[in-house]
Amino acid sequence: MQVSADDLLVLEGLSKRYPTGDRALRDVSLRLPAGQVTMLIGPSGAGKSTLIRCVNRLVEPTAGRVLLRGEDVARLPASGLRRARRRMGMIFQEYALVERLTVMENVLSGRLGYLDFWRSTLRRYPADDIAAAFALLERVGLGGFADKRADALSGGQRQRVGIARALIQSPEILLVDEPTASLDPKTSRQIMRLICELCAEKGLAAIVNIHDVALAKMFAQRIVGLRAGEIVFDGPPADLGPDILTRIYGEEDWTAARETDEDDADERPEDPLRLAEARA
Amino acid sequence: MSARAWSPPPLIANPWLRRGLALAAAAYLLAAVSSIEVNWERVREGLDRGAAFVASFARPDFVSRWGDIHEGIVESLSMTFAATAIGIALALPVGLGAARNLAPAPVYALCRGVIALSRTFQEIIVAILFVAMFGFGPLAGVATLAFATIGFIAKLLAEDIEDIDPAQVEAIRATGATWPQILVYGVAPQVMPRMVGLSVYRLDINFRESAVIGIVGAGGIGATLNTAFDRYEFDTAAAIILVIIAIVMGSEYLSSVVRRRLQ
Amino acid sequence: MTAVPVWRKRNRREALTVWLGWIAGILLFAWSWKAVSDATMWVFVADAHIQAADMLSRMVPPRWSYMERLWRPLWDTLNIATLGTLLGLAIAVPVAFLAARNTTPSRAFARPLALLIIVSSRSINSLIWAMLLVTVLGPGMLAGIVAIALRSIGFIGKLLYEAIEEIDPTQVEAIQATGASRLQVLTHAIAPQVMPALAGISVYRWDINIRESTVLGLVGAGGIGLQLMASVNVLAWPQVTMIFIAILATVVASEWLSAKVRHAII
Repeated sequence: MQVSADDLLVLEGLSKRYPTGDRALRDVSLRLPAGQVTMLIGPSGAGKSTLIRCVNRLVEPTAGRVLLRGEDVARLPASGLRRARRRMGMIFQEYALVERLTVMENVLSGRLGYLDFWRSTLRRYPADDIAAAFALLERVGLGGFADKRADALSGGQRQRVGIARALIQSPEILLVDEPTASLDPKTSRQIMRLICELCAEKGLAAIVNIHDVALAKMFAQRIVGLRAGEIVFDGPPADLGPDILTRIYGEEDWTAARETDEDDADERPEDPLRLAEARA
Repeated sequence: MSARAWSPPPLIANPWLRRGLALAAAAYLLAAVSSIEVNWERVREGLDRGAAFVASFARPDFVSRWGDIHEGIVESLSMTFAATAIGIALALPVGLGAARNLAPAPVYALCRGVIALSRTFQEIIVAILFVAMFGFGPLAGVATLAFATIGFIAKLLAEDIEDIDPAQVEAIRATGATWPQILVYGVAPQVMPRMVGLSVYRLDINFRESAVIGIVGAGGIGATLNTAFDRYEFDTAAAIILVIIAIVMGSEYLSSVVRRRLQ
Repeated sequence: MTAVPVWRKRNRREALTVWLGWIAGILLFAWSWKAVSDATMWVFVADAHIQAADMLSRMVPPRWSYMERLWRPLWDTLNIATLGTLLGLAIAVPVAFLAARNTTPSRAFARPLALLIIVSSRSINSLIWAMLLVTVLGPGMLAGIVAIALRSIGFIGKLLYEAIEEIDPTQVEAIQATGASRLQVLTHAIAPQVMPALAGISVYRWDINIRESTVLGLVGAGGIGLQLMASVNVLAWPQVTMIFIAILATVVASEWLSAKVRHAII
């Protein structure tokens, strides 16, 4: 695969086999230009979460290359990995805020990669970072929440904090893992809209894992379908017809009903489980 | 836009209270540390002994006092088993009586009183009293450990019983069961697994305690250990401590196996 | 005629195991009791009730005036418990991080070592530590403080490392994903999650340490136990009662305080 200058992120032959023997990714290759929002769809266990986590190496890929502006993240030593992770903001399904810290501390923790240990431990963040954090909180609609504790917020508010934390890293790309899976339908749309608006404002690329096909079609510029660790579709949302959905998800009457939100709620637990196994 | 200042909110919001507490803590620490009287001469002298003791772990002497060690350990173990069995047997009625959802008020108060009494005093203090009553020897130790076991087991049993699912008891009562039948079919199945685990745990604690109450003459390995220290026979002391650690580790492993099998 | 269906709670083998278990238990108890009984002078036990009544009559009334000489030992006892807890805490926290599966720097080396420290500290009663330290450091508070600290390491270390292993891993992942270093992950993702547990465990151990430091004096390691041993040795029972009352009051007060503090934390 030829790497061109305007490709932000290129995945080459990316594979992941967990110690349990599960092959979560099989030889995945993908290129993402700067500024493009790509939605990753596929059934539970298709490897969506693994793919996103292989990019910033929260999960170590077994084989393949992850080129961020031409630099292979998969081969970086620890210090290089830290610098690469600063350039990739991550947003999580269950928000993954540090519950007992305040909103402000959660947002500022996005700057940890830029700070030395003592400064961050004594909470002496540079004035610029603090100003940026206030501005971002304002932007995601949480002005005035700075000193609230994270566990006092609602789901939608927590995810907004998660977004601010990812953005304060000044990333070039956002890795977004099921951002709406724990939210109600209305909040889901608001959050997706916010993420896409911010990507447009700041010229960010994004890979978004998502269960909700309708939501994906509504917001994506490009959709990638994953099934059993392999890419089975890659194209614009308009091309996503019933036959393609069948290829991704298997046989189902796609015209009869829109995907319901209840499905979302109970279809997601496979990935955390796998992660736990990978860590064990 | 001007930079807004931000600092993490303090744990205690009221600044006077915060500073007052910090000051009080600092003052207390200062007073406490200055109350330690240390004879540095003695410490320096002792450090050699300390080094000798640490070194003796490398070559523990099981042999020269093996007779005493063996006797002490066997005595500790027999005290532990006897005291745990007696203690649990006595703890069961006390625990039943101390459960608010089963016992009438006077029985409840009495049993809670027994538990509080047993839990307040250190085993070694109880041992002093029992030695005064029964004379030196392991019987005083058994009495001490059994008494401590009553408080420990009865309290946890009572709490477990108070936490049981009342619907299950109701269901058994609805079949026309008598009070003992309710206990056996409605209560026991709910508290049994944890009780067995706790009993094994208490066995473990009793062994550890049996190693110290010998200091005041209540039998067990503690007396042997105390003698070894008094005579500066560190090799023997190290051997005894190693035996204790080995037995504790063994029983801890055993209790983890038992608890896992029960779940 | 059809056979009557048989139902048993346990099958034959399970039933056998249960019976064998009971028999082994009873034999063990019989052996233990015989060993204890052989080493007991039953003549003395026979008049135990006389001894007890005699002791009780000597113990009351307590010698209230003795209290004025107990304030200083009580203050020492409190200091032994507090300083010992703090010292133990300072050592136990790093040990716990070395012992927890998800924070240890090396599973092959650091973790087993940390677990060994925890197990040895837990196996040995603080009185044994005190006996040992009195021979090394000489009698006095210092030996008591170090003894309490050594015993606390295992207790705090064990409970803390279990708490560390139970933290939410996604919060840790989120902080890792920002490019934070290992130490920053520790202070920003792990520490906030285990802080309440650590505070609760420390206060709980402090409460236990107050009880334990009341008896350390029996082996010469300072605190009110010294007075207790002296009074017991000269059979000054009214003083012993006074000491018991002082200990009881201290223990009740510390229990009340620790319950208050733990309640405030949670």
